[in-house]
Amino acid sequence: MLITSKSAASALGVLLLAGAAFGQDAEPIKLGVLEDQSGDFALATIGKVHAIQLAAEEINAAGGIDGRPLELVEYDTQSDNTRFQEFMRRVLQRDKVDAVFAGFSSASREAYRPIVNQFDGLAFYNNQYEGGVCDANMIVTGAVPEQQFSTLLPYMIENYGPNVYTIAADYNFGQISAEWVRNIVAENGGTMVGEEFIPLGVSQFSQTIQNIQAAKPDFVVTLLVGTAQASYYEQAGAANLGLPMASSVNVGQGYEHKRFTPPSLKDMYATVNYVEEVDTPASKEFVEKFRAKFPDEPYINQEASNSYAAVYLYKQLVERAKSTDLAEIRKVIAEGDVCVDGPGGQMCIDPKSQHVSHTIHLAHVTEDHSVEFPTKWDAIQPYWLGEAGCDLTVSDPSEQYTPSNPPPANG
Amino acid sequence: MDIFNLIFSFLYQFGDAFAFLVLSACGLAVIFGMMGVINLAHGEFIMCGAYVSTSAVHAGLPLPLAIIAGAVAAGIAGMIVELVVIRPLYQRPLDTIVATWGISMIVTQGTLIVLGPSMQGVGTPFGSFTMGGYSYSIYRVILMIAAIGTLALLWLMFTRTRFGLLSRATIQVPHVAEAMGVNTNLIYSLTFGLGAALAGLAGGLYAPTMTLVPTMGASFMVEAFVTVVVGGADIFLGTAPAAAILGIIKAALTGWQGQLAGQIGLLIAVIIVIRILPRGISGKILKERA
Repeated sequence: MLITSKSAASALGVLLLAGAAFGQDAEPIKLGVLEDQSGDFALATIGKVHAIQLAAEEINAAGGIDGRPLELVEYDTQSDNTRFQEFMRRVLQRDKVDAVFAGFSSASREAYRPIVNQFDGLAFYNNQYEGGVCDANMIVTGAVPEQQFSTLLPYMIENYGPNVYTIAADYNFGQISAEWVRNIVAENGGTMVGEEFIPLGVSQFSQTIQNIQAAKPDFVVTLLVGTAQASYYEQAGAANLGLPMASSVNVGQGYEHKRFTPPSLKDMYATVNYVEEVDTPASKEFVEKFRAKFPDEPYINQEASNSYAAVYLYKQLVERAKSTDLAEIRKVIAEGDVCVDGPGGQMCIDPKSQHVSHTIHLAHVTEDHSVEFPTKWDAIQPYWLGEAGCDLTVSDPSEQYTPSNPPPANG
Repeated sequence: MDIFNLIFSFLYQFGDAFAFLVLSACGLAVIFGMMGVINLAHGEFIMCGAYVSTSAVHAGLPLPLAIIAGAVAAGIAGMIVELVVIRPLYQRPLDTIVATWGISMIVTQGTLIVLGPSMQGVGTPFGSFTMGGYSYSIYRVILMIAAIGTLALLWLMFTRTRFGLLSRATIQVPHVAEAMGVNTNLIYSLTFGLGAALAGLAGGLYAPTMTLVPTMGASFMVEAFVTVVVGGADIFLGTAPAAAILGIIKAALTGWQGQLAGQIGLLIAVIIVIRILPRGISGKILKERA
């Protein structure tokens, strides 16, 4: 709290998954894994690490990537942005990894991204986020607002009414997502009746609940982040707020419907590209494999699925490029047909933005906290960056854009 | 909305903020305010109380008994910590920061490893009531009553019991107390245990309303330290009035401009108080009395 130490307890875990299957001369491909295994975000991110371990084990058992074993270099980033910078330097400079899978919160992604640029590395950000990162050194496998809100908000306005209240975590993710909500609500003929930003770590919502009641919305958009803010649901339920909720980030990440007593999350709608309840053969097979390796996993969330699929995306990129060199990999991306079938549906990399398309499932939490899927949208593209003028096949600005701060014309 | 409902809703929000400040700060007021141990593991005692009381409810105990069980468990944990770690550090307040911070990290990460990233909650009991277009949680009214009840019991304990007398004597002038035949080691241990138990009580009381995770204690820390620093060393002349003033600031600013304004208001209040009343509200009152 007061002092930060270069704690040795941040446990360097180097996992050698290479077995006897590989020849002596097969040099391993090294994958850095920088995820929060402790601290406020650990709940949502431990599953990502497990998913990467699962994918690495499967790939190594099947002969590795282009005959080379996959080796994971893991560090616990402790939900702390400065740890991300420290460990990003370490994996790129000292461990010399070929690619890095890193980050949960947008604040930590923006903290490490300049370092990836500096060393011209390749980082996968396997997390849904507020969108807009136009950076050739990044591949983003998480869903973005145009995929999640342009599906979710019209559905909510049509079914519940036009008056919207947003409560959002007060940092770049919440602020930019709330901007998306404002724009898409206006495009669909809705009205914002209120908006409140909550500092991370706040756990008491009595006054917020009353502010919402005073504004009389038809539904509440919850963009809450971290375990402390999740207390909102219990407190809103206890105060009998009783409003439907919509979210791009809850349920799919923090499995609030599993952690809280029904019916506090009744009528929560979330657009996710995966949750463990998705009822398809691919999803069932993924859940079975995951639970066979990690029987105590409390929930297999959207980001675990993204991380798992990302390892296979990387495998395909390296095998087609016949190299781990970033320029060669980006030539393959530019061909525009890099796709994998993830646990939630097909994911294809868009060459302009290096984000991926998703099948978006609408998850509806019912009164007993079971999840049903009223509808889904196939092959939803991460179109905004490309349309706004980001084209990584032409130039690499390494910037994050927002609707109110779009790429400059003629980018 | 008529004026009565407006007043009621403000009183409810004020009471809610007051209860949270009092309950989070009481334990810290004993350990930090009275004993001078800068206890960064305060949040972990709260987490201990919350986890034990929730487990007790899952095991079939009624909620009030479960909350008491949580407080007792945190109290025992506190006495063990006092015996093993804190005892040699009473004359070294800065070292207590490092020691208790270490305990905090060990407990948080240990809980994550042993019990997993979260625990299933028990749900908030008693439902809600409606008044003038707003609905309110009944349990939060009970939290307000619990906060006042806790203050009253502490007052009785420190002013009307032999333990309270010995405790105040030991902390004020330990050598004289020892010379008078008081077992000061035991008194220190019991007083520290009382502080930890109060933290556990806060955890048990808030457990049904919160997400139960190893880091949950952190969300009490700012409010607890702010209240104790503004209040000064004395629980009744310090913590209680500080919580009342800060509760008004927090409820008014949060209602007006949202949570961020409420947090900023609390921190600005501390900065002002430290500047003009370096020993807190109770320091000022006691100085004038002397």
